[in-house]
Amino acid sequence: MYLGRVVGCVWSTVKNRSLEGQRLLVIQPLTPELANTGQRIVCTDCTGAGAGELIYWVRGREASYALLPNQPPTDTTVVGIVDSVHLKSAAAPEPPPPAARKPAPAASGRKPSRKG
Amino acid sequence: MLIARVIGELVATYKHPSHEGRKILLVQPLNLDGTNRGVAVVALDAVDAGVGDQVLVVTEGFCASTSVGRIQSPIDMAVIGFIDHIELLPGVS
Repeated sequence: MYLGRVVGCVWSTVKNRSLEGQRLLVIQPLTPELANTGQRIVCTDCTGAGAGELIYWVRGREASYALLPNQPPTDTTVVGIVDSVHLKSAAAPEPPPPAARKPAPAASGRKPSRKG
Repeated sequence: MLIARVIGELVATYKHPSHEGRKILLVQPLNLDGTNRGVAVVALDAVDAGVGDQVLVVTEGFCASTSVGRIQSPIDMAVIGFIDHIELLPGVS
């Protein structure tokens, strides 16, 4: 699954019969920092997401499972509307092994920060 | 499967019912040397992973949905295990 933002919608009057009644959204894939990445795609929708909303979408055969009992010929579907993204730094370095770790200075007065 | 690190979580109140009750994690795929490999993806949690954990991620629908215990649902990525250690042959990086 991938993050994205709804940036438009597609109107199609003649299409596969099992796609009738389905909304087709134009999605801009995003990085976790909400910067654009990659090219825009068209997704079916099972959530009712609106313009500009942050969503996550699924790709592949599973995309049509979101629209059961119909299984329309779709390979990308919006499956959730994102309220918030809680991100920790992606580039956080591995903590050093315990043997290499320096002893904490006694006079600092700071509590060691908890992981996570 | 991918080696990845959990870098965050999503909160989504309106989502497909099959995603209810599982954490939605942001995971960053990694190369063997620990550098980032492509853009972070969204995966459902099957093992109670947390931010900072190095994990194993499946990127195919059948594996992902069965590991979460919800077959025939729109899930294409899931965190299915923790990685404790990776051992490589000499000369492989």
